[in-house]
Amino acid sequence: MKTSRMKMRVLILFVGCLLIAGTALGQTAPAAATDTAITHAKIFTLAGAPIEDGTVVIHDGKIAAVGEGVSIPSGAKVIDAKGLQVYPGLFDPVTQMGLSEIGAVRATVDTTETGSFNPDLVAATAVLPSSAHIPVTRAAGITEVLAVPASGGFDSSGATNLIGGQASAIHLAGWTAGEMLIRKNAAMVMDWPEIETQSFDFSTFSTKEKPYSDAKKEYDKSVDQLTNWIEESRHYAQVAATSGTAYDRDLKLEAMIPVVRGEMPVLVFADKARDIRNAVEFCQKQNLKMILAGGGEAWKVKDLLRSKSVPVILRPTLEYPREDDDAYDRLMTQPAELVAAGVKIAFGSFDNSFSRRLGQQAANAVAHGLAYDDALKAVTLYPAQILGLDGELGTLETGKIANLIVTNGDPLELTTEVRYLFIKGQLTSTDNKQKDLYEKYLNRPVATK
Amino acid sequence: MNRRRLSFGVAVVALLGLLTGARGVAREKETKASAAANPAPALLIRHATILTVTHGTLENGDILIKDGKIVAVGSELKAPADAQVIDASGQFVMPGIIDCHSHIAVDGDVNEGSVSVSSMVNIADVLNSEDPAIYRDLAGGVTAANILHGSSNSIGGQTVVIKLRWGQPAAKLPFEGALPGIKFALGENPKRSNFRVSGMPDRYPATRMGVEETIRGAFTAARDYKKSWDDYNKRVAAGEKNLIPPRRDLKLEPLVEVLEGKRYVHAHCYREDEILMLLRVAKEFGFRVQTLQHVLEGYKVADEIAAAGTGASIFSDWWAYKVEAYEAIPYNAALMTRRGVIVSVNSDDAAEAMHLNQEAAKSMRYGGLTHDEALKLVTLNPAIQLGIEKRVGSIEVGKDADLVIYNRDPLSAYAVVQKTLIDGRVYFDREKDLAGRAALEQEKKELLEKARKSAEKKADEKKAEEKKPEEKKPEEKAKPPQERSDEGGAR
Repeated sequence: MKTSRMKMRVLILFVGCLLIAGTALGQTAPAAATDTAITHAKIFTLAGAPIEDGTVVIHDGKIAAVGEGVSIPSGAKVIDAKGLQVYPGLFDPVTQMGLSEIGAVRATVDTTETGSFNPDLVAATAVLPSSAHIPVTRAAGITEVLAVPASGGFDSSGATNLIGGQASAIHLAGWTAGEMLIRKNAAMVMDWPEIETQSFDFSTFSTKEKPYSDAKKEYDKSVDQLTNWIEESRHYAQVAATSGTAYDRDLKLEAMIPVVRGEMPVLVFADKARDIRNAVEFCQKQNLKMILAGGGEAWKVKDLLRSKSVPVILRPTLEYPREDDDAYDRLMTQPAELVAAGVKIAFGSFDNSFSRRLGQQAANAVAHGLAYDDALKAVTLYPAQILGLDGELGTLETGKIANLIVTNGDPLELTTEVRYLFIKGQLTSTDNKQKDLYEKYLNRPVATK
Repeated sequence: MNRRRLSFGVAVVALLGLLTGARGVAREKETKASAAANPAPALLIRHATILTVTHGTLENGDILIKDGKIVAVGSELKAPADAQVIDASGQFVMPGIIDCHSHIAVDGDVNEGSVSVSSMVNIADVLNSEDPAIYRDLAGGVTAANILHGSSNSIGGQTVVIKLRWGQPAAKLPFEGALPGIKFALGENPKRSNFRVSGMPDRYPATRMGVEETIRGAFTAARDYKKSWDDYNKRVAAGEKNLIPPRRDLKLEPLVEVLEGKRYVHAHCYREDEILMLLRVAKEFGFRVQTLQHVLEGYKVADEIAAAGTGASIFSDWWAYKVEAYEAIPYNAALMTRRGVIVSVNSDDAAEAMHLNQEAAKSMRYGGLTHDEALKLVTLNPAIQLGIEKRVGSIEVGKDADLVIYNRDPLSAYAVVQKTLIDGRVYFDREKDLAGRAALEQEKKELLEKARKSAEKKADEKKAEEKKPEEKKPEEKAKPPQERSDEGGAR
């Protein structure tokens, strides 16, 4: 009793901290319907050559005009950005943003359900708008992310779902998850089964091995399960389309309808070449719109990916090389190699607290051969294209959502600062928990001896 | 019998660390011996932007290296006729990166997690010179690393500083003259907050209070143990005969070395309270904590850390992976530096070690450290923290030629290591690495082919055997399953 009460108190304290952090920091101010003009900036629209001395006009959350000699509407708030640069905000297409606060504390982690078939789960449901991660990530110039359930990483508590739920595209600002939404049902998450003879057991902190034949059997069983679910879903979709209301509803199968109709892409997590090949074959056969996530060995199957038009959201270039005999820069040269082969790529953090390293990931690919223009687009336009959101995001063009950053330099470089950040046209604070702590302790009086 | 017989080598090294004269002679002998076996040619690096770290930046500068040492830094240096020349036009040279917290090059597990005080085990005993992470560290510009035991014990195992001499045997890795260390750990890991080892009982300590008492208890015992040996040695020196020496205690010996200033304490920690706790306990027993490792909340008690003369070795921007990491801030390096703490940025992780230059650069953005201050985080400062700053950490005449050449300013995400040198020898050369890849690929292909053929042959033999089972003796019937499992292993 005593312990549980104590735990509760800790929890209340903890939640309290979160709420305070959330409300005090950097939420969008209530929108006054004034226009904003950013003037005299070098503008990287990513839809053409950079504009040397340009203006961006923001009206009603959208980009109303962009270019040289654009007239500024009367009454507009003007930001003189002389010497600064404007870019679309960065887009991190695989994160656990809002779904996880502290990796090791299960009570704060909502990334991965139990069970293996969870298509009806939606990430947006569990996105915590006041998560301290959101403003911290925003300060790195990231304006929107895909919150992905069951996407592995440190926060997954080791659970694996074959179908993990629906990823939601969100703005990194908003008082409620509803206000943050870009697209609630952006992609269905599938964790492609691996033929895995080795597994790490966290409870004993040791590696367990099983014979190949057993691993293969388990793999085949998982693929059979996936096949059955897809086929059941297809039948269900037919019945639902033709039978009015005269059928038993099944929430899981219902959630699969847009997937089997090819309307919702499937974000398939796979890294090994063999697994990627199997996943591509499966999705082709089942007529699913596949996006590959991870792609540790995508370079080995680049021709397949190109010929089947499967885009890849690459896991971090800064990860440790996968095999002992891989070149030390294998993950850093892969992006250039894939682009040269005609594969569409984007960079993802596959993380929460490391989301802010997105630009760094892209820059390291540039250092190893990727064209700068492609690197910049691989953290802005390309993720938007891959997720079918490029009509609204990804470039600075008239009519698009005004998610943009004003920086003092290259947004992929480590030392660059984000001076202004706009989400849905609102000037949004880049203050955050970490900056607050910095300022607090910067001002600590000299300690008495 | 001297109680330090077992750790004789370590003691000698420690002794040499204190007696510079003796160390100088010993090293000279050693250098001569190895130079005779495999002489390193004189080397001239020319026309580089030289980031000396201690004497500013030299544009279009040269570095002359002889016998593994920097013998001149300047412009238009004259090279001896036999010197190799590296033209580094347009490139940047900085001191080799020193990683103050690494777990690479360790054979097997890095944690002896069964007990709360595991000071008897030593990472130096399990160095693996064939870990590819050594080469990958070199490719990231790292030339020396503090190889630490894990963090599952309040007092963990003994640690060793190595130079990343890839291709040399394990015995050649340790940094000559560097004081050995011991890992301590505070907070969630030693109290095992985030995991349970199944089949193992819960272990004391389970609280931060218990962690303090575990450390205090161990040092109380170590102090008594030291006294018993001091008394014994005094009586022996006074000429007393037939004395029985105290029983040796391998767990307490390294702690006595800590008390005597012959072994550094590198303490894994996170929260402000536990940081102050350890500084208090150290004061109580009269030793100095050499470095606080991770020390994510160090910025909150920076004055106290500085006053204790303790260094802080941190991550650049890791946070939120556990409760004690929830108030970590990327401004930690800047805040502590401004309050007089010697700060380094470490990897703790083989992947992170490949871009420590980039991690150091982040301190310019978060808290506004200068270019030189940021560079120090991965060069001179970790050298000071490991007590090897007279040998490495900056580009100065007389120091070891442990250097990295980048294609551009290393404090950029676009910088790529071109060459890494240790003791004046090139241990990583990007050009050679790239040129050698096709040959490696070919070798791999041939090996795979060989393995495939051997497996086929085995399968054929097995088939042939199965065709004549009637000739088998009855007791051999048990064999087939074994053979199957062998085959599984080969696959």
